[in-house]
Amino acid sequence: MALAERILAGDVRAAARLMRDIDDGFKSAVEELKVLYPHTGNAFIIGITGPPGAGKSTLVDQITAAYRRRSKRVGIVAIDPTSPFTGGAILGDRIRMNRHAEDDGVFIRSLATRGHLGGLSRSTGDVVNVMDAMGMDVVIIETVGVGQDEIDIVRMAHTTAVVMVPGLGDDIQAIKAGILEIGDVFVVNKADRDDADRTARELAAMLEMNPDKDREWQPKVLKTEASRNRGIEELVNEIEAHRSYLHHSGAIRRLLEEKNTRLFLELLKERLFAEVYGHIHVNGKFREIVDGLVNRKQDPYSAVEAILAEKFGGVKN
Amino acid sequence: MSERKLRVLVGKPGLDGHDRGAKIIARAFRDAGFEVIYTGLHQTPEQIVAAAIQEDVDCVGLSILSGAHNTLLPRVCELFREKQAEDIIVFGGGVIPDDDIPGLKTAGVKEVFTPGTSTEDIVAWVRVNVIPRA
Repeated sequence: MALAERILAGDVRAAARLMRDIDDGFKSAVEELKVLYPHTGNAFIIGITGPPGAGKSTLVDQITAAYRRRSKRVGIVAIDPTSPFTGGAILGDRIRMNRHAEDDGVFIRSLATRGHLGGLSRSTGDVVNVMDAMGMDVVIIETVGVGQDEIDIVRMAHTTAVVMVPGLGDDIQAIKAGILEIGDVFVVNKADRDDADRTARELAAMLEMNPDKDREWQPKVLKTEASRNRGIEELVNEIEAHRSYLHHSGAIRRLLEEKNTRLFLELLKERLFAEVYGHIHVNGKFREIVDGLVNRKQDPYSAVEAILAEKFGGVKN
Repeated sequence: MSERKLRVLVGKPGLDGHDRGAKIIARAFRDAGFEVIYTGLHQTPEQIVAAAIQEDVDCVGLSILSGAHNTLLPRVCELFREKQAEDIIVFGGGVIPDDDIPGLKTAGVKEVFTPGTSTEDIVAWVRVNVIPRA
């Protein structure tokens, strides 16, 4: 039986294997994903993002426990960085969550970024789809520890929680562009620390200045102590409130349109590139072009146009 | 494009709280280009096996300094057999007397590394003995 059928029948090992095939770029995985696709689109996808050490994994662990109390099945995709030098990675998010390992209603998968920027791995969307097809009611994506500009998560998740901690910087950090613009919910974790109130106030002040203040959803700032399970129910309630806002306001439609547009365009880009690059790589033309560029006998603009003309029979400018 | 990346789980089953060795091994595996899932301290064999299956690892390296290796390592191997996942290779390291090693190997542990083994030797052993699945 093919992996997809086994997954739909509840085979955990098959799901784990397909996720590996996806991550390793196996062509066969695409065929399996085609079979699974009609069974996806049901899971509620939550993104958890924030700087390293903010307590994202511990929060994910507690949010998972909260959803389990509500009898929801939970998938978790936890992403950690790949070494740019060796290609290896230490995936340590599980340390905080492994108490759920034996729970049949929870499936945790650690992924390495493998050079992908933006806070997620290239495979994240497809791995989420597998969990969706497995019948997970909620899928939580934990991004790598992010700085200011890794915002891929907002296009992958229905609801994004940005996790901050006290003591990372002054209020100028809070008015910069980037991840602080993408939260549907803001969390000040480690709220027992000095300055937690100040951090929460600064975030709230920043949110009040939001230009589209009249929009229906106003992100709130919540305080949590994930390691002591404080503030978690309130956080999950707020996440659920955002979810129902998405549905009753119709905002879900725009979100899905943006998400699917991007998904399609990225796939198209990737496949076109693979097609063209594979061709010139095999026939030796790639080497010729690089040599030409190094000797400055050719400019890169004409080189690209020539390759496209050869492949697609001419490009219009 | 489609080349398998070796995935290994490094875990600390049982009750001992000394994870320096496990962390050094995890780091050495990272530097060898492997993806290392580190599950941390105080794991039951059941948790380790469930994690290994969900993560689709090729092998599991377990560090034990508590003296409970004769119970914990065979139990992990037994659980893998129960789950029809005995293709996941189990190896161990720690303070394990030479006399215990044959019994552990009979129970399904592929190799046992005792104190003094260099990380290079362990990495080299993995490269030879663990082939990422097709």
